[in-house]
Amino acid sequence: MTVAIRATDLVKSYSQGVRALDGVTLEVNSGEVLVVMGPSGSGKSTLIRTFNGLETLDGGALDVLGVSLDATHGERQVLAIRKRVGMVFQQFNLFPHLSILDNITLAPIKVQQRAKASAEQRAMELLDQMGIREQAYKYPAQLSGGQQQRVAIARALALDPEVMLFDEPTSALDPERVKEVLDAMRQLAKGGMTMVVVTHELSFAREVADRVMFMDRGQVVETSDPETFFSNAREERSRRFLNQMQH
Amino acid sequence: MRQRRLLVQVGVAAVLIGLLALLVNNLAVNLIRTGLGLGFGWLGRPAGFALAETALPYAPSDSYLWALTIGWLNSLKVIAAGLVLATVLGVAAGAARSSNNRLLRSLAGGYVALIRQVPLLLQLLFWYFVAFLGLPSVPIGGLIRLSNQGIQLLGLNLSVEFCAVLVGLTVFTGASIAEIVRGGINAVPRGQWEAFRSLGLGEGLGLRRIVLPQALPAILPALTSQYLNLAKNSTLAIAVGYADLYAVSDTTITQTGRAIEGFLLLLLSFLLLNLLISGGMAAFNRAVLGRLNRSR
Repeated sequence: MTVAIRATDLVKSYSQGVRALDGVTLEVNSGEVLVVMGPSGSGKSTLIRTFNGLETLDGGALDVLGVSLDATHGERQVLAIRKRVGMVFQQFNLFPHLSILDNITLAPIKVQQRAKASAEQRAMELLDQMGIREQAYKYPAQLSGGQQQRVAIARALALDPEVMLFDEPTSALDPERVKEVLDAMRQLAKGGMTMVVVTHELSFAREVADRVMFMDRGQVVETSDPETFFSNAREERSRRFLNQMQH
Repeated sequence: MRQRRLLVQVGVAAVLIGLLALLVNNLAVNLIRTGLGLGFGWLGRPAGFALAETALPYAPSDSYLWALTIGWLNSLKVIAAGLVLATVLGVAAGAARSSNNRLLRSLAGGYVALIRQVPLLLQLLFWYFVAFLGLPSVPIGGLIRLSNQGIQLLGLNLSVEFCAVLVGLTVFTGASIAEIVRGGINAVPRGQWEAFRSLGLGEGLGLRRIVLPQALPAILPALTSQYLNLAKNSTLAIAVGYADLYAVSDTTITQTGRAIEGFLLLLLSFLLLNLLISGGMAAFNRAVLGRLNRSR
């Protein structure tokens, strides 16, 4: 089994003394779905944002798909990684002035130098896969939150990434829109995509995750298979968190 | 309530009418005092003065009207070139101020801070007396030749006066435009930057295709007033002896004594010019907002 992401002793501090990441070490295998849970401010979003260089590191070493990032990496490494790692954000972050189709084809055309026709064909396939083919010529603001997030997933997939990062992808959605996005992610996981998912969706984690990692105060509290984590978590801190989530 | 509002309206109207009457009265008194009456027949008489810079053929034997037209064209030339160059400089400096590169960021910041502290008139005099008149004769690559006689650019001969006014207006207005562009860029949510970065797009491409188009609605109204300022500030050209509309009008008024008519023509010319600029910008603004509204 090959390792897609290997993080060793990652450190990130935003202000003096406060460490968003305080010595995080982990591995994500190819084809694996790792769900990251934890209270807000635990550093989980910061962690996955270091995986594609949106956050810089203050210490430690990171290997993403064979490209290494550390406190001193250059722009070239970061761009190399971003072409192979897709990311989906809590707030969707679609480009409001571009049509759905243009949102998806912009990077394939500009970054991968793909021909417009083939990029659009691929975009339509992805929209089909997400069940929103008929939205192709609309603009983001004309779509519901769930549809927008599925466009964001399609946009990230258009570069044929080897790893997908999800940063609380359902937290900004109306409850009745959560399922359609989770279904799209389930489908992706079934297809063998390597995924790191920050989420509070317990049922998704229980059903789809290969492993669940629990973080608190910038540190990894425990990493377990979902069965163990949800029924018999090893750490007291994890059990307290789960208790609060379920009540 | 309605009555009070009506009363206020009437009061405001009365004050305005009063002020206007005062103005007309002053005008009439001045006209009587000069003993010339109001008339524009003098426009057809020969001007008798030479102009250093003429876009179209001109001789001192030509009429005042033609001399003023040449001045207007000179104004137009420096304003049009200034608008384009100030926009390019302003957008570049504004973008540099939100760049990741610390050197670029501080250079742009220093430029804006310095230029905004110094009066435009001093800057124009600096460019004229220090920068351009002090130039040694240097050919650059055969296409451009700099000297204290002016700049030769691809067969185009630009006078030192024109260059000083153009550079002065460009550098001065560019600093204000840079601040406006920076403000517009900052108004675009951070998530948009993260989104294009996570897709592997470079900073320059992301700025052009993602950030600036969204910053435009915030930029355009303030940009229009900078454009109007540039046009109005171009009258300071007289300080370095560039034959713009104001300089030619000034000479004309001195020679003919026709101050009232001369100023009326000046005011009308600038009114027309600025209406053109703001009209054009309003149309552009509508087009941008229209496109944005379609995407809502």
